[in-house]
Amino acid sequence: MNRFAELLDRLAYEPGRNNKLRLITRYFREIEDPDRGYALAALTGALSFKHAKAGLIRDLIAERTDPVLFALSYDYVGDLSETVALMWPKSSPLPPRSGGEGSGVGGSAASSEAAFSADTPPTPDPSPPRALRVEGGEKHAAQQTRKKSNKATPATLSVPSPLVGEGQGEGYSGRSVDGVAHHLHNNPPPPTLTEVVTTLRTLGKTELPKQLTRWLDELDETGRWALLKLVTGAMRIGVSARLAKTAAAELGDKDPHDIELMWPGLTAPYLDLFAWLEDRAEKPVNLDPAPFRPVMLAHAIEDDDFAHLDASAFIAEWKWDGIRVQAVSGRDEHGNVVARLYSRSGEDITKSFPDLLPSLHLPASLDGELLVLRDDRVQSFNVLQQRLNRKIVSPKLIKEYPIHLRSYDLLSEGDEDLRVLPFVERRTRLKAFIGKLNDSRIDLSPTIPFGSWDELAAARKDPASTGAGEDAEAVEGVMLKRRDAPYLPGRPKGQWWKWKHDPHLIDAVLMYAQRGHGKRSSYYSDYTFGVWTSGDDGEQLVPVGKAYFGFTDEELLQIDRFVRRNTTEKFGPVRHVVHEPDQGLVLEVAFEGLQRSPRHKSGVAMRFPRINRLRWDKPPREADRLETLERMLKDVAFSSEVATGSREENASK
Amino acid sequence: MRRLPDYITDMRPQDILMPVPAGLCCKPGGFHIDPVRPVERAVITHGHSDHARPGHGAVLATQETLDMMRLRYGDNFARSTQAIAYGEQIKLGDVTVKFHPAGHVLGSAQIAVSCKDTCIVASGDYKDAADPTCAPFEVVPCDVFITEATFGLPVFRHGPAEDQIRKLLESVALFPERAHLVGAYSLGKTQRVIALIRAAGYDAPIYLHGAMEKITSYYQSRGVELGELRAVKGVKKADLAGTITLAPPSATSDIWTRRFPDPVTAFASGWMRVRARARQRGVELPLVISDHADWDGLTATIDATGAGEIWVTHGQEDALVHWCQTRGLMARPLDLVGYGDEDEGDAPVSEDAEA
Repeated sequence: MNRFAELLDRLAYEPGRNNKLRLITRYFREIEDPDRGYALAALTGALSFKHAKAGLIRDLIAERTDPVLFALSYDYVGDLSETVALMWPKSSPLPPRSGGEGSGVGGSAASSEAAFSADTPPTPDPSPPRALRVEGGEKHAAQQTRKKSNKATPATLSVPSPLVGEGQGEGYSGRSVDGVAHHLHNNPPPPTLTEVVTTLRTLGKTELPKQLTRWLDELDETGRWALLKLVTGAMRIGVSARLAKTAAAELGDKDPHDIELMWPGLTAPYLDLFAWLEDRAEKPVNLDPAPFRPVMLAHAIEDDDFAHLDASAFIAEWKWDGIRVQAVSGRDEHGNVVARLYSRSGEDITKSFPDLLPSLHLPASLDGELLVLRDDRVQSFNVLQQRLNRKIVSPKLIKEYPIHLRSYDLLSEGDEDLRVLPFVERRTRLKAFIGKLNDSRIDLSPTIPFGSWDELAAARKDPASTGAGEDAEAVEGVMLKRRDAPYLPGRPKGQWWKWKHDPHLIDAVLMYAQRGHGKRSSYYSDYTFGVWTSGDDGEQLVPVGKAYFGFTDEELLQIDRFVRRNTTEKFGPVRHVVHEPDQGLVLEVAFEGLQRSPRHKSGVAMRFPRINRLRWDKPPREADRLETLERMLKDVAFSSEVATGSREENASK
Repeated sequence: MRRLPDYITDMRPQDILMPVPAGLCCKPGGFHIDPVRPVERAVITHGHSDHARPGHGAVLATQETLDMMRLRYGDNFARSTQAIAYGEQIKLGDVTVKFHPAGHVLGSAQIAVSCKDTCIVASGDYKDAADPTCAPFEVVPCDVFITEATFGLPVFRHGPAEDQIRKLLESVALFPERAHLVGAYSLGKTQRVIALIRAAGYDAPIYLHGAMEKITSYYQSRGVELGELRAVKGVKKADLAGTITLAPPSATSDIWTRRFPDPVTAFASGWMRVRARARQRGVELPLVISDHADWDGLTATIDATGAGEIWVTHGQEDALVHWCQTRGLMARPLDLVGYGDEDEGDAPVSEDAEA
C-alpha cells in the first residue's frame, strides 16, 4: 500500500502526461503481482467499494479527535480524506522526542551581567532550584535515559553538527530517529494493496469501520490519504483509464490499442496481461462477445489540401455535434445478447445509457454519434450534456433526454469483420443493416450530395437548405471519407477529413493571467479575458472566458512579457493585468459555440475558446461587447439547466 | 501536578514580558525580544529577517545570529553588539537572561527571562526534530512558555525528513534528463536539505541560486559539512540535467527556471503537508521538511516545559490555545504582528531577480 500511496501522491502533483506515464510504468516494473494489477484496476476505475462513504470516515475521525480541532483543521485543509489522513492519531503513545533541560549546557557556561558590552564581569548563576524545577527535572531525567539509548543510532550522525562536541549540545538524536525505530519495532506492517482490495471485496458493512481503523493505524499520512481516496472512490489524480493502460503497454513495449481490445475480457489483478507484457505468456485472448475496436479518426482539412484532392473520390456526411461512440452487440456462450457502448477511447459507458441497449439486439459493431433527439429533431450539445458523466440515470432523465444513435459506419456484422472493406461497401452494408434493425433510436447519418468542392463548401455554409433541415444547428461541419478507405485504427493519412465550421471570433481584453503548470510554470499562460458591458459604474469589462492555448511559443513569450510589465495586482499565482479603455492587450479569441451559464457573471460560457491572434494594434476600447455574444445565443433550449461540462471528448474529434 | 506562579509574592508574568507594538517588551530588564521596530536594546532569538531586523541600538544574540545579521545588513546593522553563548546567563536590569538552543537554525536560541521566582521562556521559532546543521532543541522548564504556532494545527505532522530526501533522490534517478529545482529558504532550510542529501549518500555537486551562496558559505565556515557546492549561474542548460539546485521558493516558479532542462519543481517546507498549498504554488514534488515544530512537537514541548501558562504567538494560535485549555493550562494568544514573513509566507525574494 505504501508504494501505491507514493505513486498516487506523486501523480497527483505531476502535470506532464509523459512523466505520469513514466511514474506508472516504473511502478508496474518494480512492483510484483498481484499488487500492481490491483493498482491498474484502481487507476482504470475498475474497483468500487460500495460501503465506504464519506459519512463513515467522518464518524471515525469524530470518535478520535477534538471537534474544535477537527473543524479548524478541516476548514484549513478543505478535503475530508486529507484532513482525516493527516489528523489520524498515532496508534500508540508518542515516544519522547527531546532531551531534558540543558544537558551538558550549564557546566562550562560563563555568566555575565547587565550591559550589552563585552567587558562585564561574570557573576554566579543566581537561579535557585525550585519545586517546579525538581519536578520537571525528574521527568527529564527519565527522558534523558531514553535519549542516551538513542545516541547510538546512526541516522543523523553522518553530517556532524558543528556545535556537537563543543560542549554546547549533547549528541542529539531527534524524534525522527525515535519515529523510525518505533515504526520498525512496534507497529504491525502496513497492509498491501492486495490485502486492502481483497478484504474490502468480501467485508460486510458492519465490519468495515473496524477494519478501516486498523489500516489507518498502520499506515503513515500518505498511506492513509491513498487508502481513503481508494475506498471512497474519489481519486481525482488526473490519470485517465487510457493513460494507465498506456503505461502498462509501455512496460512491454506493446501497443495500447491491443490492451484496449482485450480489456473487456480481463479482470483484476490482470496476471495474464502482465505475463504477456513481460513476454512470459501468450497474448490474452478477448473472449468478450462485444469487444471494442479501435476507432478511425479524421484529420482537420486545410484550404491548401483541396487542390490535391479529387472530389469524386470522397463521400461527404454531416459532422454531428454529439459524442462519438461505438455500439457493439454479440452473443455470449449461452446465446444471450451482450450489448455495450464504448467511448472513442474504448471506455465502457454502457451504464450511462441503458435506454439504448434494447435497440442493440442484432450482433454488430456500429460507429456513430450519440445524440439527444426530441420529436425527431437533434438537440444541441448543451442538451446532450445532461446525459454525460452520470453515475445514476433516473427514469426522468431518460424520458426528458431521449438518447439516439446516428450511425455512420459498420465495423462488423455477426461474425464478419467488415473493416477491410472499402468505405463505400461498408456504407451499403450499413444501410441494409439499419433497415433490418428497424429501430427508431438508431438511424443512418445521411450523405451530402456534391459534385465539386465549391458545392460542398456551399452546403457546409448552409446545412439547413442542403439536407440537414431542422437539425442544422447540431451540425458542426462536414466529414469527408474516401470511398475506397478501409476502416483503419488511429488517424491514417488522407483517408478521412473533417471540415469544421469556421469558429466564432471576438476581440476580448486580457484581464487576468495565471501561471501555467509543468513546462509552463514560469510563464503566464492561462488568460482570462473580458468584453465590454454597461454596468452600474458605466462601461466595464466582464470576464467571458479563459484560454490557455492557440498561441505560438513566440506569442506566449510576448504575452508573458506584457503580463509581467503590466501587472496591477497579484493574488497568489494570479496577476491582474491592466485593462483600461486605452491600456491593455486585445486578444482575438476563437470559439466553437456559446451557451448560457448561470455560473458565470457574464451569463455565457464559451466552448473550446483559444487565442487566435494578438491584436497589439487595437486599443481595448474597441474590443467587442457582451451584447454581441448574447445575440449569438439565440434560442438555446433548457438554458437554465445547462451545465458546463468538459468538451474534451468532442474537441479533438 | 503543576504549580502555578504565586501571584501574591511574585511578579505577575505580564509585568516581566509584555506584548507591545514593537515586540515583546521586558520593562524590568529594559529590552525587547525580536523587536519589529528599532529599539534601544534588542535581544534576538535567531537570524531570520522577521525576527532579526536592523537599526537597533544594542543587540544581544548568539555569535551566529550576530554574524548572520552582519552578512545580511552590513557591519552597521546596530550601534553595538554582544555575543552570548548557549547556557550563558547575564543580568539585565532586574531580570536574568539565559540562552538555550532552539533547534530552528544555526545560532537560534530560546531566551529564558527570570525575575525573582518567575521564569518565562520566549522560544522564538523552534523545532524538536533532528537537524544536523544546528544545536538540538532543549526543553527549558519554566512557569510561562511562549510558543510559536506556525504549524499549530493537528494536520501538520511532518514525519522524518529522511523520507522526503529519499523521495527527492528517487525522482532524480527516475528523471535523469531533467533538472530538480528545490525551493528552500536561504537561511537554515537550504543548508539542512543539503546536509540531509549528503547524509543519504548523494555526493555529486549541488547547485545553488546566487541568493543563497553567502549564507551557505557562512554555514560551511562554521564547520557544517555540505560537500561540493557550485553556483548555478553560468552553467550550460544541458549540463544541469540530472542535477539538484537549491533556490529561494519564489525563484522556482519564475523566469529564472528557464535555464534548466524541463525542471521538476520541488519545495521543502512544512506547508507542503497540505496538498492545496503545494498545488497552489505549482509544486510538483512537495518535500515536507520543516524548520518549525509540528503539532506533535508543539504539544509535546508544551507538556515537557511543565509551564502552567502558555502564550501563543504567530501562526495558528486558535487551535493551540484551545488544545492548552483542554489540558487545563492557562493559554492566550499574543497578538504580535510582523512574524512569519520571511520564512513560511510567500517569501519576498525579488521575483524577477537574476541571481
